[in-house]
Amino acid sequence: MKSYKSDKKYLYADRKDKNHKGKFLMSMRFDISGGNLDSAGEASSTIKSKLKQLGIGYSIIRRVAIASYETEMNIVLHANRGTLSVYVAEDHIKIIAVDEGPGIPNVELAMQEGYSTATEQIREMGFGAGMGLPNMKKCSDQFEIHSDIGKGTKVMIVIFF
Amino acid sequence: MRDIYHSVTLDKDKCRGCTNCIKNCPTEAIRVRGGKAAILKSKCIDCGECIRICPHHAKIASTDDLKTLSNYKYNIAIPAPAFYSQFSEDIDINILLNALKAIGFDYVYEVAEAAERVSIAITNYLKKNDRTAPSISSSCPAIIRLIQVRFPELIENIIPINSPMEIAGKKAREYGVQLGYRDKDIGVFFITPCPAKVTSILRPVGVKKSYINGAFSITQIYSEIIKKLSSINEADLENLQKSSGQGIIWGVSGGEKHAVDYGNRLSVDGIHNVINVLEEVEMGKLNNMDYIECQACIGGCIGGALTVENRFIARIKLERIARRYGQKFSVDCDEVLADYKKGEYFLKEEIKPKPIQPLDKNLGRAVEKMKHMEKILEDLPGLDCGACGAPNCQALAEDIVRGYAQELDCIIILKERVNELAEKMVALSKTVPPAMGIKEPEEEGTNNWD
Repeated sequence: MKSYKSDKKYLYADRKDKNHKGKFLMSMRFDISGGNLDSAGEASSTIKSKLKQLGIGYSIIRRVAIASYETEMNIVLHANRGTLSVYVAEDHIKIIAVDEGPGIPNVELAMQEGYSTATEQIREMGFGAGMGLPNMKKCSDQFEIHSDIGKGTKVMIVIFF
Repeated sequence: MRDIYHSVTLDKDKCRGCTNCIKNCPTEAIRVRGGKAAILKSKCIDCGECIRICPHHAKIASTDDLKTLSNYKYNIAIPAPAFYSQFSEDIDINILLNALKAIGFDYVYEVAEAAERVSIAITNYLKKNDRTAPSISSSCPAIIRLIQVRFPELIENIIPINSPMEIAGKKAREYGVQLGYRDKDIGVFFITPCPAKVTSILRPVGVKKSYINGAFSITQIYSEIIKKLSSINEADLENLQKSSGQGIIWGVSGGEKHAVDYGNRLSVDGIHNVINVLEEVEMGKLNNMDYIECQACIGGCIGGALTVENRFIARIKLERIARRYGQKFSVDCDEVLADYKKGEYFLKEEIKPKPIQPLDKNLGRAVEKMKHMEKILEDLPGLDCGACGAPNCQALAEDIVRGYAQELDCIIILKERVNELAEKMVALSKTVPPAMGIKEPEEEGTNNWD
């Protein structure tokens, strides 16, 4: 697993990059506030319904839905605040989640199924099963994660059509 | 559009063009045009919400006429379990089934018995390792259509086992053949609590042709049965009641969950609640569930739009009846299992997705239209009043982009435009040609009332 060096490369999905040849078409950006469970999942829900209107294939939509929901919930449950951005291009969808939060001390460990740092309270609510990051990775064709302790975490997911 | 048939239709004379139905339709399938409701066939799932909500009873479900019974030599009624809950509890179920037979049938086969068979089949299916979890029940046809239209990616989660209604149709037909009747001379009719079942008989999903020839609603035959009940002679009774509580309980929500015996099971009722749960399934939140029973109507089939009894009272009654007939399956489990292994319970055809039309077939153009739609939505008042004929501002914006509506359909925007025009007219009326002009048009802008 590689971590990426500069955010900018990923934050401007319309820039040509050698893996993604498809032309950039549109983006959606959502501000997510940490700890706010009232509106948790709304961003993923909106993303999903928009992609349906665009006529994106439903197997792709299902993967995007799972990946965006997991990233959104990670921000809500662990971070102070963050943004979830979705870029639609001709041949792929890119999801970028950037948060300001505690960061992940050991990314390798967090990528293991069942590993979780969630508190008892969060587990009681049905979250924190330690499947978030592994699920995200399963849904993506390209997956990158970078975390700075005390600063925050960035996740980039690419799903090709 | 030829392959889309709906049992829910509109009685134009009764429709007053109010907006009750458009605002309650779970798939936003209704618009008001020319003072009348119009159902968008590609979006309608026949759930019957509009039949329930319409204050003028303008939404109707088309069912068969009892006269169609004369087309067949041997007629079999297959009543839904919910049927049992519609009458006084003092009436014995066997007497009730005999009264049903007396209105013009030759035999009655209980869907409740088929439901027992399906419970056993589903329990076995859930033991498979290669299914897509969570498995979703296929018994409610409105839910199947909801998934085809709104959640096509969840089709692979639907349990590919026939509904109790179809299995009952199959068994009833086999019974008729055993008696020596030719298949085409046997008429099998479902006694239905809802319009979605009627549609699924005429346009079945997952099977080429339904085993059932038609349907009568509970509301339609109710008074006939009440009449027959008083004249039934106990000495002539045929033994028609065979099912146990395990099948009867399918008539209420939670019944399937009870009768199916495997793993982690969830039961949801009410179409809006089902949509919420399916959204969660879509996001991968319910992967730990084995089985989800989804019922479009609140309370399950007893809450169907074509029932007579209040759904809460019907629930209590059906639960008591189910208890009376016990927990032990009335059917031979080994026989069901053998048939299951032969593949007799499985759907014969693939369930096809019927997703909502994208904004455009070309992704680039669809994106353009979506941006345009968002721009329109910003200008709309956000009242969601429905006066334009669409259920909310979002739907109107989409209709405009798709070319089905225009911005001036919004009365708020229309009023704004009229205001602008009126202001321009006032301003114009105050201008004086220079030849006549003595003074400047006075105090320009004082007409501004904001």
